[in-house]
Amino acid sequence: MTVPGATQTNLEATVPILRLGDTLVTGLLSELDDKQATALAEELTTRIAEDRARGVLLDISRLEIIDSFVARALMELSTMAQLLGARVIVAGMRPPVAITLVELGIELTGVETALNAEEGMAALGWHRSRDGRGFGE
Amino acid sequence: MTPAGGRPGGAPSSPAAAGTTKPGSPPDEPHTYQVRTEDDLLTVRHAVRAASQDLGFPLVDQTRVVTAASELARNALVHGGGGTVAVEPLHRPGGVGLRLVVSDKGPGIADLEGALTDGFTTGSGLGHGLGGAQRLMHTFDVCSSPGAGTTITAVRWRTR
Amino acid sequence: MTANEPTARARLTRVLAQRQAETADHWVQLQRERQLYGPGMDEDALREEADGLVAALSDGLAAELPIERVVVGHPPLREAVRELSLRRARAGTSPTETSLAVLALKEALLETVEQEDLGTRALLELALVINRLLDAAGALSFETYVEGREEIIQRQSRQLLELSTPVVHLWQKVLAVPLIGNLDTARSQVVMENLLEAIQSREASVAIIDITGVPTVDTSVAQHLMQTVKAVRLMGADCVISGVRPGIAQTIVQLGIDLSDILTRATLADALATAMNLTGERNDEAEVRRLS
Repeated sequence: MTVPGATQTNLEATVPILRLGDTLVTGLLSELDDKQATALAEELTTRIAEDRARGVLLDISRLEIIDSFVARALMELSTMAQLLGARVIVAGMRPPVAITLVELGIELTGVETALNAEEGMAALGWHRSRDGRGFGE
Repeated sequence: MTPAGGRPGGAPSSPAAAGTTKPGSPPDEPHTYQVRTEDDLLTVRHAVRAASQDLGFPLVDQTRVVTAASELARNALVHGGGGTVAVEPLHRPGGVGLRLVVSDKGPGIADLEGALTDGFTTGSGLGHGLGGAQRLMHTFDVCSSPGAGTTITAVRWRTR
Repeated sequence: MTANEPTARARLTRVLAQRQAETADHWVQLQRERQLYGPGMDEDALREEADGLVAALSDGLAAELPIERVVVGHPPLREAVRELSLRRARAGTSPTETSLAVLALKEALLETVEQEDLGTRALLELALVINRLLDAAGALSFETYVEGREEIIQRQSRQLLELSTPVVHLWQKVLAVPLIGNLDTARSQVVMENLLEAIQSREASVAIIDITGVPTVDTSVAQHLMQTVKAVRLMGADCVISGVRPGIAQTIVQLGIDLSDILTRATLADALATAMNLTGERNDEAEVRRLS
């Protein structure tokens, strides 16, 4: 899967993807347009395969709106990650965003959630890869 | 993109509530935005955010109207081949609200009841576009006939 | 309609156009003498209101509307009358004082036309026209006043709602909302907002919604509960519903409501035990992380 050059540059400028052990970590800004959402999902999927990541933490604590397009991108990302053997945790959703999503009728089926980035990382058990137990090689 | 109605970035800032509007104050005017590309969706969202902030909407309600506007504008773009979104602050003696009028000249909605039901979709998305947006607003009127385009008028009032 | 009405109306229109300021002055004076305005209104506001309304009345009379329709059919005038009533409704002026304030305008108008050198017949015609013109204003003012009070009642019930849905910090990372009374849409939205805000600020991982005090659970109440649970989960926390009495359990089954996806407990104590278990699991995980 490839990301068009222009979009990738655009995305890289706004949301850097960090690698911590076998976990990819990224934090979104206040808003995500359709192109960025698609590019992010594609980029993360590519990185999961390339880096053989087992977990992805998506910090959305600054994201102010999730509409059905972004929600679908998140769900597709989760599904693709699962196919590649990785878990996606969406952390820190703001209360107004959660309320609006529920009223829109979107449950983010299949997406795992955490209260904040710290909880999300704990749930991904990134510590275990360091002492050699559990995930990873 | 420039708003057809003048001032970019939304409504004039007036912290005044409905009741304190003086009889001589200028009437609320809708600002109309073109929706031709995905980038225009962002402009619409920003305009609706600014307008709902100016009206003193609480954060949850701002998020509701911005999300509804995003859904409706995308519908106009995807199904109607582009259109317009008018954002109009309402100052009525009975309350303060925000009206969105989203129009396109697309093929129209043949099965309106179906389009308002969750799960129905004829394009990309989750099929939550209309039904979901309807739940985020207080009033929601759809005017559509096959071949004649679609106009959706939706209002959310400030409840606090 | 009397045969002379058009003449009388034309005369009134002309007189009023000439004597707007005077009429407004007189109206303000009448209201002040009789104390027909609320504590929140000062002389200047009253004067501004009177000037605006009399000017709108003058314009409205000149428009092509039947005399009874002038007040409701001429938008600036209609708005001026509505504003007047709403302002008084909000300021706590009584409905009687409000309608007397509008009726005082009749008197002010009558005095204005009396200044003209007219015969009794002509004056009578004018008085009839003024009556027909302003009766509509009285009715509109009353209607608007009720609306204004309605709005205040709604705001107060909203405030009451906020007070009646406290979020309690029950245990480390455990919050509870004891619901008492019926759970309608407005209330469930307030509950959801308060609960989610508290989850965020307290970093709580479990929320207990206690429905012991909710008299009946029907399909719509169940739907509201499920929406709240879904929103809590989107935030990354768990939700337990407690206080599910046998009677309510029975109703839920009979209505065919599917709550199987939701953690329910009979009592708040049971729910707290469950919540502590849930947070315990999380704490273990956190501890492993610190050790490693």
